Amino acid sequence: MSLYFTEDHEWVRVDGDKARIGVSTYAQEQLGDVVFVELPHIGQALDVGKDAAVVESVKAASEVFAPISGTVTAINDALEADPSLVNSSPEADGWFFTMTIADKDELSALMDEAAYKAFCADL
Amino acid sequence: MANENAELLPLDALHRTLGAKMVPFAGYSMPLQYEGIMAEHLWTRSSAGLFDVSHMGQIEVRGTNVTDALEALMPGDFHGLKENRLRYSLLLDGNGGIIDDLMVTRRSDHFYLVVNGATKHGDIAHMTSKLARGVDLVHREDLALIALQGPKAAKALQRIAGEIDLLTFMSAGPFKIGGVRVWASRSGYTGEDGFEISVAADKAETVARALLAEPEVKPIGLGARDSLRLEAGLPLYGHDLSPVSTPVEAGLSFAISKRRKMEGGFPGAERVLGQLLNGAATRRVGLRVEGKLPAREGAEIYAADAKVGIVTSGGFAPSVGAPIAMGYVPAAYAEDGTVLQIDVRGRRLDARVAPMPFIPHRYVRQRG
Repeated sequence: MSLYFTEDHEWVRVDGDKARIGVSTYAQEQLGDVVFVELPHIGQALDVGKDAAVVESVKAASEVFAPISGTVTAINDALEADPSLVNSSPEADGWFFTMTIADKDELSALMDEAAYKAFCADL
Repeated sequence: MANENAELLPLDALHRTLGAKMVPFAGYSMPLQYEGIMAEHLWTRSSAGLFDVSHMGQIEVRGTNVTDALEALMPGDFHGLKENRLRYSLLLDGNGGIIDDLMVTRRSDHFYLVVNGATKHGDIAHMTSKLARGVDLVHREDLALIALQGPKAAKALQRIAGEIDLLTFMSAGPFKIGGVRVWASRSGYTGEDGFEISVAADKAETVARALLAEPEVKPIGLGARDSLRLEAGLPLYGHDLSPVSTPVEAGLSFAISKRRKMEGGFPGAERVLGQLLNGAATRRVGLRVEGKLPAREGAEIYAADAKVGIVTSGGFAPSVGAPIAMGYVPAAYAEDGTVLQIDVRGRRLDARVAPMPFIPHRYVRQRG
């Protein structure tokens, strides 16, 4: 399994031919208390860089962009009952959805964990 | 950075020491949150929160026939306002449109006004152009303003400010906190009991630290200030109020004092008093939104397929545990219980017109 990050603070955990998507610890700190997550539908085709989900915090609504292209295969139903999982466990229980990987080359445009840490340190 | 040009508040260093996330607001760098909006909101409702509201404009107006001069700008009965009492009022334009909402206190020899931060320079220009010769206006930029709000605010403040508990809601007077002279009123913007404390800017940190040293008190940012006032049904100028709306449309008819309803003589009186008699075509209403998805400012309000209004403030209400909103709708849809829909990114959320405040006010109107 390999872990990637985007400059928009999403993480992508690749497991075989699927990827699991969520937002980073840094992102949840910036978002503040999450009160609602609008997830895509299973079967929905996502294009890299386009809208995939919306996170509503007490503060504001923030868009989450698809880090890669593919089709949604599962969504995290637990977020409906407890959206605060995004705050308490952003990189594990607070995952958003899983998707197919339409083009593995798109992963090479993403950062690995070390590069992402350096990226956040500069913000 | 976006806030490079933002002015610094007298408590700027303290906010940063306390770990605040600072954001530009009303031309100032201000604390959005410390530990988090939700926690700060709930703390204020259960204990006491300290808010830095030094961005607001503090203005003194004095001179010949100053009471008449203010009554020519606002619909409040200031002749009937006793010394050390304050009143919520509205600066109105010639059409009865709201230029700003503000607090007016009568002091022994002048009036003390507190206006919104984002509008203060416009307010001062407006008032200066309207006030007769012999009436002077002083913008007290040398003062800071701190609010202490919550059910334990009085208990905490009494410990360090003496008999401040003698104040009742909407009254004010001079006190000392930690040896520093302050002007305190029992008032606020959260729906809770609380105080607003005016103090020399260079002594503000002494007072803030004295308050924060009390176990009931934590610092609260702008984020929770907004969610608290929304739950309290209190409008925010520039969002829920603007020159487009009159006091009647905005649901603020209580700010038109009884004598002024009879006598008029304030800007836009003919239109405003007509609306008071016959009703206004549109009204500011509270909305309870079904589900968990917040409807925010700018969202369109629908009745069946017809767009009937717009949300002017909205968000998740921590003490209600659900999304709430305010908006303007035609009078026909303004009755409590009316079911409307709000469009959020193409979804139509059911929303019910609801009485405000969403959380009961807990003002202390009587001593004891």
